[in-house]
Amino acid sequence: MALIPWQSILIQNYLGRIPYFCPSKVSMLKPMGQKVLLSSKEINIILHRLACQLLENHLDFKNTVLIGLQPRGTYVAQRLYKILKEEYGVKHIEIGFLDITFYRDDFRRGDKTLSATETTIDFLVEDKKVVLIDDVLYTGRSIRAALTAIQSFGRPSEIELLTLIDRRFSRHLPIQPNYRGRQVDAINDEKVKVLWQENDGEDAIYLVGR
Amino acid sequence: MSELSVRHLLGIKYLNEADIELIFETADNFKEVINRPIKKVPSLRDITIANIFFESSTRTKLSFELAEKRLSADVINFSASQSSVKKGETLIDTVNNILSMKVDMVVMRHPNPGAGIFLSKHVEAAIINAGDGAHEHPTQALLDSYSIREKLGDVAGKKVVIVGDILHSRVALSNIFALKLQGAQVKVCGPGTLLPKYIESLGVEVETDLRTALDWCDVANMLRIQKERLDISYFPTTREYTQQFGVNKALLDDLDKEIVIMHPGPINRGVEITSDVADSKQSIILNQVENGVAIRMAVMYLLASKIK
Repeated sequence: MALIPWQSILIQNYLGRIPYFCPSKVSMLKPMGQKVLLSSKEINIILHRLACQLLENHLDFKNTVLIGLQPRGTYVAQRLYKILKEEYGVKHIEIGFLDITFYRDDFRRGDKTLSATETTIDFLVEDKKVVLIDDVLYTGRSIRAALTAIQSFGRPSEIELLTLIDRRFSRHLPIQPNYRGRQVDAINDEKVKVLWQENDGEDAIYLVGR
Repeated sequence: MSELSVRHLLGIKYLNEADIELIFETADNFKEVINRPIKKVPSLRDITIANIFFESSTRTKLSFELAEKRLSADVINFSASQSSVKKGETLIDTVNNILSMKVDMVVMRHPNPGAGIFLSKHVEAAIINAGDGAHEHPTQALLDSYSIREKLGDVAGKKVVIVGDILHSRVALSNIFALKLQGAQVKVCGPGTLLPKYIESLGVEVETDLRTALDWCDVANMLRIQKERLDISYFPTTREYTQQFGVNKALLDDLDKEIVIMHPGPINRGVEITSDVADSKQSIILNQVENGVAIRMAVMYLLASKIK
């Protein structure tokens, strides 16, 4: 059966594979302007889809832990945790927050001292399935650091990666997400800004031109 | 994203309030790290640190070395007792020889006040003062304040009395600087012969009666009687010192509040404090030791980030 164009877009959207086509849209950006990538409603739909995909693979979360990466991945992790518990009735999920500052590979390479944030993981990840959760996947270096950092809490049986935004074509390392919210093509000068109600007053994702 | 205002840690005198806050916040993170199953982070893996001790030390040296290893730094140790210092080599020569082996940071304890400051003017490496004579012992003061903050929530506004040999104590001087900087009230208490003249000019009050001081304070930091530094008799006998300035359980129980007892170690049990006080739940002596590693990791991490 042939799909009419809007149907195919919907399906691809559901799969999270429709990229945000930058060449045409970037030219519409004014210098220093910002463009809404995802609205609060779209973020909510995507979070629910990601929660369902996690459920599909991990069912009761008996042997799975969610690890949000500090600082901004923790918001995604907490939202997913809330959706899984309150809307899909998962009784018990372990959630932790991991700071990767001391594992970064750019220590002493920039001008600024890297300041750490809090790590809260009060369980061992030995033989557990770990889902690392972050807001934006860009160069992949944070995830590389997180893969090392998580080993301090034991040897996980498996590690997966979930990111809300996947910036394609900008990776420095061979790292890809297992679950992605939305794929975005943005040039390196642009910044993806993720805002959360609990911290920034609104749920929204912007593409900011520099 | 802030950084320290200094390149070396030579004394608390050279720090400002924001530096101390930054060190404490960083230490909070390292304290979590050292309680993990694997207590090691790779931050300083391309940094080499020399521990140069011209004066004996067990706890400080161990604490620094452990902190360095937890940060993945390469460590070399040097004790003056087994070195060319005995053969007449000067301090700058000794250190420059060590630095030519590509060392980035030096942790030094030296019997002469100002040795670290002198060295920082003549060599390239970042210097951490681990005690210079009767001058300063900054990491000890930082870990003391950090332990007070951990136990009582804040240092500002707290009443702290430092008891014992104030005259010879670098711990006392660094503590006075650190506590005043953070807005605590400080009293010193001890035999008149062991209180320096003009100590009030640092903004501290002098109290010669221990009971009055304990009634006033929230925290009592009990210094060790440093027999090795007492070249002449400053008080008649140790027994008399203990009777007047020693803290025992009966004295603590008699106070109408529960004060916190600290001691920089090593304890002369039965002299400054009795065993039952040292081992009581009011004492945070072992917390101080644990916090010492976290504080030193924080200091070295922050100083290393300024090495380019």
